[in-house]
Amino acid sequence: MTAPRQRAEARAGAAFALPAFALILALLLAPLAALLALSVTDYRLGAMAVRLVGLDNYAALFADEVFQRSLRNTFLYVAFVLPGAVFGGLGVALLVHARRRSRAFYEVAYFLPVTATLVAMATVWQFMLHPSLGPVSALLRALGFGDVDLLNDPSLALGTLALIGLWQVIGFNMVLFLAGLSAIPRDLYEAAALDGARSGPDRFLRVTWPMLGPTTMFVTITSTITAFKVFDTVVVLTRGGPLGSTETLLYVLYLEGFQYFRTGYAAAMTVVLLAFLVLLSILQARVIDRKVHYA
Amino acid sequence: MRRGLVPRLLAHAVLLLGAVVMLAPFVWMLLTSIRPAEEVFGAVFNPIPGRFAAPENYARAWNEGNLPRAMLNGAIVCLGILAVQLLAAIPASFALAKLRFRGRGMLFGLVLFGLCVPIQVPALPLYLGLAHAGLLDTYFALMAPFFLTVFGMFLFRQFFRAYPDEVLDAARLDGMGEFEIVWRLATPAALPAIAAFSVFSVVAHWNDLYWPLIVVTSSELATPPLGILAFRDTESGGNYGALMAGAALVTAPLVLAFLVARRAFLRGITMTGLR
Repeated sequence: MTAPRQRAEARAGAAFALPAFALILALLLAPLAALLALSVTDYRLGAMAVRLVGLDNYAALFADEVFQRSLRNTFLYVAFVLPGAVFGGLGVALLVHARRRSRAFYEVAYFLPVTATLVAMATVWQFMLHPSLGPVSALLRALGFGDVDLLNDPSLALGTLALIGLWQVIGFNMVLFLAGLSAIPRDLYEAAALDGARSGPDRFLRVTWPMLGPTTMFVTITSTITAFKVFDTVVVLTRGGPLGSTETLLYVLYLEGFQYFRTGYAAAMTVVLLAFLVLLSILQARVIDRKVHYA
Repeated sequence: MRRGLVPRLLAHAVLLLGAVVMLAPFVWMLLTSIRPAEEVFGAVFNPIPGRFAAPENYARAWNEGNLPRAMLNGAIVCLGILAVQLLAAIPASFALAKLRFRGRGMLFGLVLFGLCVPIQVPALPLYLGLAHAGLLDTYFALMAPFFLTVFGMFLFRQFFRAYPDEVLDAARLDGMGEFEIVWRLATPAALPAIAAFSVFSVVAHWNDLYWPLIVVTSSELATPPLGILAFRDTESGGNYGALMAGAALVTAPLVLAFLVARRAFLRGITMTGLR
């Protein structure tokens, strides 16, 4: 390659990258720097004076009962959603993968909630769960559970949101597992059959499950991140109630930052959130990089 | 390979049961949207409406709330975001994949870092910046944070890397400039990736609640989720027929698009899974 060509290439490359660099600076790096700076001040939107408070916001955060509760609720929510999201998604994918003529129908049925606007569907769920008008409540009464108000019972509301979250995410995971399943070479099953793995469970344990290892890890981490960011259903269905039982991290962050305008405090909260997400993403990147099968 | 009848029936039974749960809200939404108010509150439960009330419910949803405007806003915002995303991300990712220039490594590092930063993280400073510039409650405020798509850049870079260098070199010998190469050679070749990304982008921003909830206060700028929220609060008297009609209207564009272009949707979502 000649020198002028190299120079032309370098010029073109820099020119093409320039808008992207500018956007990264304006929409990612500058806001992050501002966020870190805000998190050590007592800034409130509209306030005249700003004071440096060092790490006071962070200290206040870990003494704040609302924040503690939102952290607990969020982890609880993740723990509710995760097993169903991963093993449910895998189970559905295994069953759907074996279908031929009906495969398209099941794909559509399970995937529909992923594309549907969650806010709109949450209003539908609210109606379905209505204590006197909703079909779910009617069904529960018919099954002998008596009158339950799933969204207004402090011991049930978070679990109910988790079930709706599961309803939304399971089709997404099914599609990921289906992609993983079609990537397993057929001859592996034949080889396993020669080794005596002929029954369904045998084939699953000796070929399918190990070969799906990376997909499973990936689905687990993505589902964790998605569940971690639960927000829409809280806004539409419970607004953090009853008795704070569905206050989640993002909902509390939204209230502090954009309703109460305690900007500095919310900035510190955001930094904690970012730390969690970066941790999860590093885990995710390491899983993808390794690209090994756990066979 | 053909297995027994019993396992197959069992599989269908499990899948059908699950499908019923998955589809129940959609069915209930549509059934209620054609049900007259007196039957919603009626003592006797009758799954199929006795009187067909779709015209009044859908007319109410269309006229009383702000849904047509919200859906138009949704379309404007989604297309505006997508246009800028593609214009910025395609050349940058081509440069990342095929051109040697100073700062390439750094740009790619920033892209990877950006992948783990959701909108909720820069939201606070971006909000302050927009407030300071007097730009809150504008289309620009709704769109601007998403002009940058590190995910799109990552996806397109992977795609461009597989593009044969020989073709590029031949085009250069023919006197094509890099600008022409990107838009007339590489972009058409990347159409499958662009289509998949477009699906992902439009679905994400049509449905987004967090950011519009923060920057929009006037109902003229409501996006579809804000529109349905506002409509629900005005219909607090409990006109569920109209509310469900509204929910159906807001969900319809994406659901119909999914039913028509099922493959593209599944590919778009799978690709997002592969990031």
